[in-house]
Amino acid sequence: MSKQEFTFADLKRILLDGAGADEEIDLDGDILDTDFESLGYESLALLETGSRIEREFDITLDDDIFADHTTPRSLVEAVNASLKVTVDA
Amino acid sequence: MSARTLVTGIGVAAPSGLGVEDFWAATRIGKNAIGPVTRFDASSYPARLAGEIHGFEPAQHLPGRLVPQTDRVTQLALVATDCAFEDAGLDPGDLHPCDMGVVTAAGSGGAEFGEKELRKFWSQGPKHVSAYQSFAWFYAVNTGQIAVRNDLRGPTGVLVGDQAGGLDALAQARRRLRKGSRLIAAGGFDAPICSLGWAAHLAGGDLSTSDEPERAYLPFDEAARGYVPGEGGALIILEDEEGAVARGARDAYAEFAGYGATLDPRPGSGREPGLRRAALTALADAGCHPAEVDVVFADGAGVPRLDREEAEAITAVFGPLGVPVTAPKTTTGRIGAGGAPVDVVSAVLSMREGLIPPTTNVELSPAYDIDLVALRPRTASVRTALVLARGRGGFNSAVVLRALD
Repeated sequence: MSKQEFTFADLKRILLDGAGADEEIDLDGDILDTDFESLGYESLALLETGSRIEREFDITLDDDIFADHTTPRSLVEAVNASLKVTVDA
Repeated sequence: MSARTLVTGIGVAAPSGLGVEDFWAATRIGKNAIGPVTRFDASSYPARLAGEIHGFEPAQHLPGRLVPQTDRVTQLALVATDCAFEDAGLDPGDLHPCDMGVVTAAGSGGAEFGEKELRKFWSQGPKHVSAYQSFAWFYAVNTGQIAVRNDLRGPTGVLVGDQAGGLDALAQARRRLRKGSRLIAAGGFDAPICSLGWAAHLAGGDLSTSDEPERAYLPFDEAARGYVPGEGGALIILEDEEGAVARGARDAYAEFAGYGATLDPRPGSGREPGLRRAALTALADAGCHPAEVDVVFADGAGVPRLDREEAEAITAVFGPLGVPVTAPKTTTGRIGAGGAPVDVVSAVLSMREGLIPPTTNVELSPAYDIDLVALRPRTASVRTALVLARGRGGFNSAVVLRALD
């Protein structure tokens, strides 16, 4: 049974568990519209993050999801759209 | 001809001490750091002792982004590198990134990280394997992470040759300096104390199965019965003399003066092992007569056949009882690729203090004509030191270090 909503808090937790956090960046600050790259997460960190989201929420994300969604706000929306498709199906 | 190659900074992460000060305080008196394995449950294995580094909290030393993506061996390597740069009185940002490089040796790569991910692979499936497994397990990972963290964009490399690899890395660094690099960070690290690393050591067949920390690893002793594995290593900053002088580096430790490496002949060939020739090559490279050598840091395999070969090689070069010999690694266990760089650190510190650290716990077998510095340290003027290292597979390497005037 997959969870039905992916929240910003989920994303923060998964980023921290999988890839850690840069000392210069406050993940609790106003970062919803900050690029992942500016937050210190390079391609491998995002690959790990995507893989953890897929496992935990039992969904499959597009390979280029991080290319198309470069900020937390955009990513959370995209993951939720994907979850909705899964639930509706 | 190019300028001399100088040792201008040292950093160490060893069971006997994290950081040069703690390490030397324990090493100079031969304080034992071998004990029961705590990093995994070794109770069902035939060997249950190790030289572990206790109390190391990576998050206290390294950025939060680095910890989840690195194995313990890389964390130790990065911390030792930080210490070495600080010791050299140098911020890597002081030099042009392309003028600096890094060469390290590794025996098993990120064993513990790899083991954890392999477990997930087999029990939960490939989707559960960390993306960082792509490099965290790999032999070259320490070189890569040191280069990235310190912005060293010059030549990089990795050597794999068990104990000998740690000296080969220093020699490769000198080659790079001679080709024009300004500074190379070089050394070796291993951290095999997990069930995967343990299985590999056990497969080698020379592991001590003793349960007595002070009787388990006894090179050159009649009771020698194998070795105890240790973890950690050392990082050494090597600079060409002109550059070091130009930046005002003071108090360089020593000159990296000579190097030699050989391979043993095929087993059963009846021909002499390669260690003597490696030592002679290093001495010739340094322009150094054996009589000038003040101390030999032995490989100290702790396996009777290998101990005999090493004692014979030392006697052949220096004559019976011809030079003080020590193996302070009896306090830490054998650290694989990290073992010889740690010995190089001990060698330059013994020059600085005028004291040869002891070969703790060992009572010299009468079968060997070597002047072993056993049990207690010995005061001595150490101007020239020879460091020996042998690796599984027949690798022999030797390095000559010479005090600066």
